[in-house]
Amino acid sequence: MQAGLDGRVLTFTKAGFAAPACRGTGGGTLVMTETELQQADSILGQFDDRRANLIAILQDIQAHFYYLPEDVLRRLARKLRIPLTDVYQVATFYRCFSLVPRGRHQVQVCLGTACHVRGAPRVLDRILTDLKLGAPGTTRDRQFTVLTVRCVGCCGLAPVVRVDNKTHPHLTQAKVRGVLNKYRLKRQSQEEVASAEEAGDRDATAQVG
Amino acid sequence: MPKLTINGIEVLVEKGVTVLEAARFLGIPIPTLCHDDGLAPASACRLCVVEVRRGLEGRSKLLAACSLPAEDEMVVHTNSARVQRARQLLIELYVATCPSSKRIQDLASAYGVHECRYEAEHEDCIQCGLCVRMCEQQMMAGAIGFAGRGANRRVSRPFDMTDKRCRQCGACLYICPVCELRCAGPAAEATLCNGCLNFAPVCFQSYDDAMCFLDPCHACELAGPLRPDVKIKTRARATVLSGEKQ
Ligand code: SF4
Ligand code: FES
Ligand code: FES
Repeated sequence: MQAGLDGRVLTFTKAGFAAPACRGTGGGTLVMTETELQQADSILGQFDDRRANLIAILQDIQAHFYYLPEDVLRRLARKLRIPLTDVYQVATFYRCFSLVPRGRHQVQVCLGTACHVRGAPRVLDRILTDLKLGAPGTTRDRQFTVLTVRCVGCCGLAPVVRVDNKTHPHLTQAKVRGVLNKYRLKRQSQEEVASAEEAGDRDATAQVG
Repeated sequence: MPKLTINGIEVLVEKGVTVLEAARFLGIPIPTLCHDDGLAPASACRLCVVEVRRGLEGRSKLLAACSLPAEDEMVVHTNSARVQRARQLLIELYVATCPSSKRIQDLASAYGVHECRYEAEHEDCIQCGLCVRMCEQQMMAGAIGFAGRGANRRVSRPFDMTDKRCRQCGACLYICPVCELRCAGPAAEATLCNGCLNFAPVCFQSYDDAMCFLDPCHACELAGPLRPDVKIKTRARATVLSGEKQ
């Protein structure tokens, strides 16, 4: 079964994501397209080549690709003239960075004490079934990544789920679908827009042709 | 120049000298695991704890000597009861983490750790960071580093591939305190060495496959040929041993 972008296949394994390369490189890493590499270069170009910028750069890369591609990290190390280990160390240290592709929306389910007592595990269960996930991770269509986190600092609102940077308070199993749908809907309308544009383009070319 | 007191001895040191260096200058031994003279201190193992009080008032604190710059009016004790307790506990934990390391077993022996109350983990790294610092600071390569955090922190190569900066020099192996294996003699599976104490005859020379170079060897010290007068607790073959000793 194939899913994801550009026909790349993601396989869920116990260790996380194994992402076999599609264009016959035989390696275990995702191959980036020329455009993606250009985008990465333009992100890298926005910063001074100072080590102090490392985290800011990584954040931008993560925000753009939803993960930190190996190729880009190598370029980054070369550009900042620091050992790749330094980059790797920071990239594996923080949970907001990921070396395997994450979904467009990050669903952070708080399993802290207060949320736990008020039923967070059930909310998590519901989210996982809704997204057809066996365990916290990324959905096949790479729209959602479910992460469990400890206290996010608003126990009064327990149980709490944060999607991207928005906090959804007092969740119940019944409310889960609605919350997720908000993000799903957005995506569908985006697609509609995109397909409409595409259709428009085709019309335009047809007219020109 | 700061003037400090270490174990009652006053010493004047240059600015920037650490308490560890000052103590070594006086010939006072402080055990270390993650310290090396050629590398920047990382203060990862905390084995070099000393009790420090600043001035005459105030409470004393346990601090890592290897990264503590000597200051004026510091009063340092390197072997107080509090330090000993902390040190022994640390060694005990290290023994439980890495029972196969000779360096750690040596420390246990030298600092009188006679039992290990924790379950052995048989890790192959104590995360002292020596290899990482060696690679970066002395070999100028930076081919290995830490990855992950918390319980998942580990020494690794980026993306688990050997970096082209790695010249395969082996300095990381050389400096690693747990790579050197301990004696696999009569008590190879025991968490704590000194297992020879439980056997009879006690001395390692009696065992073909023992290669005990514990430094110092407690079995030899307490019950070996040097001290026949000491009566020791025995478990295995108790009758034989006590028969010999009495
Ligand atoms: S591999 Fe050895 S030297 Fe490196 S951190 Fe682990 S114990 Fe220390
Ligand atoms: S426990 Fe969930 S916000 Fe504190
Ligand atoms: S030698 Fe000082 S903390 Fe390890």
